[in-house]
Amino acid sequence: MSEFRRPIESGVPDPFPFMHPILKKNYGLWEWHDRPRVGVLRHVAQNGDAVWTVKAGTQRQMDVFTIRKLCDIADRYADGHVRFTTRSNIEFIVSDEKKVDLLIDKLENEGFPVGGTGNSVSMVSHTQGWLHCDIPGTDASGVVKALMDELYHEFKHEEMPNRVKITTSCCQINCGGQGDIAINVQHTKPPKIDHDLVANVCERPAVVARCPVAAIRPALVNGKPSLEVDEKKCVCCGACYPPCPPMQINDPVYSKIAIWVGGKHSSTRSKPTFHKLVAAGLPNNAPRWPEVSEVVMRILRAYKNDGRPWERVGEWIERVGWPRFFEMSGLPFTKYHVDNYRGARVSLNASAQLRF
Amino acid sequence: MAKAMPSTPLLDQLESGPWPSFVTGLKKLAQAEDKPYADMMKDLLGQLEYSYETRKGYWKGGVATVFGYGGGVIPRFSEVAHKFPDSKEFHTFRVMPPAGMHYSTDILRKLCDIWEKHGSGLIAFHGQSGDIMFQGISTSNLQAAFDELNALGFDLGGAGPAVRTSMACVGSARCEQSCFDEQRTMRSLVNAVLDDMHRPSLPYKFKFKVSGCANDCVNATHRSDFAVIGTWRDDMQVNQAKVKEYMIRNGRKWMIDQVISMCPTNALSLNDDDTLAVDNKSCVRCMHCINVMTKALKAGKDRGVTVLVGGKRTLKIGDLMGTVVVPFMKLESDEDFERLVELGQKVIEFFAENALEHERTGEMIERIGLVDFLEGIGLDVDPNMISHPRTNSYVRMDDWDEQVLKWNARKDAAPRAAAE
Repeated sequence: MSEFRRPIESGVPDPFPFMHPILKKNYGLWEWHDRPRVGVLRHVAQNGDAVWTVKAGTQRQMDVFTIRKLCDIADRYADGHVRFTTRSNIEFIVSDEKKVDLLIDKLENEGFPVGGTGNSVSMVSHTQGWLHCDIPGTDASGVVKALMDELYHEFKHEEMPNRVKITTSCCQINCGGQGDIAINVQHTKPPKIDHDLVANVCERPAVVARCPVAAIRPALVNGKPSLEVDEKKCVCCGACYPPCPPMQINDPVYSKIAIWVGGKHSSTRSKPTFHKLVAAGLPNNAPRWPEVSEVVMRILRAYKNDGRPWERVGEWIERVGWPRFFEMSGLPFTKYHVDNYRGARVSLNASAQLRF
Repeated sequence: MAKAMPSTPLLDQLESGPWPSFVTGLKKLAQAEDKPYADMMKDLLGQLEYSYETRKGYWKGGVATVFGYGGGVIPRFSEVAHKFPDSKEFHTFRVMPPAGMHYSTDILRKLCDIWEKHGSGLIAFHGQSGDIMFQGISTSNLQAAFDELNALGFDLGGAGPAVRTSMACVGSARCEQSCFDEQRTMRSLVNAVLDDMHRPSLPYKFKFKVSGCANDCVNATHRSDFAVIGTWRDDMQVNQAKVKEYMIRNGRKWMIDQVISMCPTNALSLNDDDTLAVDNKSCVRCMHCINVMTKALKAGKDRGVTVLVGGKRTLKIGDLMGTVVVPFMKLESDEDFERLVELGQKVIEFFAENALEHERTGEMIERIGLVDFLEGIGLDVDPNMISHPRTNSYVRMDDWDEQVLKWNARKDAAPRAAAE
């Protein structure tokens, strides 16, 4: 194997060689920040040094031409340094206040919206989908692009009660994570099993163990070792599909989209919360998923209209109550909203506190 | 003759609208006829359009890696290669970005050049775990591309049952709310366990995440097995003159509605002279009032970190938030960092030995109980680890008296340790 070079296991690169010099100089020495305009943060250090961060949206899946264009802009206005946020926004660090407005104009002219700060709707968190995932029920890039077109105004304005983080996930593993609003695939039919392939492709005991409701058991089908699913028990979660691709869970009609609300990662005010189901059965309607956008916009309108300053979506609903949420959003409440999985009891109203 | 562009009537509909379009970018790559990847990207567009038509994905996994590593490459082979032969292999490199995701344009251009030479020209900043995703490369080009990325100072991230790529918030680099050195913490934790990242052999994935305060900008509480979050022990810093400025600008109702009443533990009140009173013993360091009055309020000076373990998403027992296992530790001296790194290693070791296959840390703890986990890694119980004590009596308490003695001994030792 002498022709191969041994890897240098260097791990996480040191950020300091790439960091804007003013950030490096004032590392750990910042004093306060504010937001002079939407899309701009001003940070002031203890010694009076200041930087303006201009935040812009990107398509995340970027071609090298786009990346180089962003580099050209950073060279001209931001001393050749940028960083990215966890939501794939790009941040230009500007040390000269006079360049802030010029940079914003340039970014907008080149098609990169400036915003995503404060009480705006930031970029939708982005998974891989049909472009590159091996188990996706839908596309991520397309859903995000179509939604961000609808949310363009909300990205560029701070008009919501508090920040809104929207996530998408192309399967029920939910790589997109918790969101104020989460848009996730929800399968509605058990997997279709290709019994000719199971024995060769799948480690059967591992697949049996993967099922959260013990609905899978080994079986001999047409003389071959395979697996069978107790379809009455199956919750159509798709957990068996990654370890056993012949258990095809994705379906162009029966893989639907569900909407969840009220997820929150921070410990700010309330403790972190998981998002809760509010709508399901939406069609996987590529290329622009209009039914999904319609529900998301309906929820956002109700929140924008009724939420108090600093209330996140989940905190707003906590105050007004779920009956009022379903009333204000116009979404139907069904038996499927009542949890029956492990730990479901804590989601029931064990009190005489009611809202009418 | 150049290969023809595929017809993509569905994807074309994602070129309209104001948000930047990934389809336009993919087409640019497919039309770069002087580049080696143009034909690959034409077939990639063809396959993606086919997915949009049929509403199904067509990638399958397999084996693809670089010399010396067992993970870090996401192998992708097309199931419809007969229709789209030039993108029949379209693997992804997961590459760890500099902590805090800082880049110079110089380094970004070099990354672009490498990916233009060996790969597809398509890069995502960043994946959900925090990797730079270099998407689209044939098996035969993997080694050469990795050698160049590696020589530039970049290393592969995690995939499969392994330590995964981590994220740290911008933290000390640009945020006054930061309570410790996030970038050093993240690098120390991950770089100490690279063997478990590059050669996947854990029960399942293991993630570290690092946030400078309770705002938790990298979603560490829920999205990591080992979350390090900044906090402080002493009193919050209050600049009363600035508090008054906020009040004059926004009014008393604003101060009451948006600051005082929103404190989750009623630790704030407004004095008759319009100064702010803080009950620091009741304050839970949630950051709300500090977020509202960024110029008037600040974290205290005795800063450190809280460690939470066990956050994860649905599969398979349902969502879990991480829960507190270290309420507070200082993270300033080299010894402090060593102690944290040691704790990280201990948790991974315990996880490797005790978790079932495909079980996450949080699920393992759910199965064995927090106390057994704490004993396994050598941490003492603390009332900050619970929302409330147990509500059912079904438990054996044979050695209650011994446990009381232990608690008393710890309580006696604490002031002595602080005095030393």
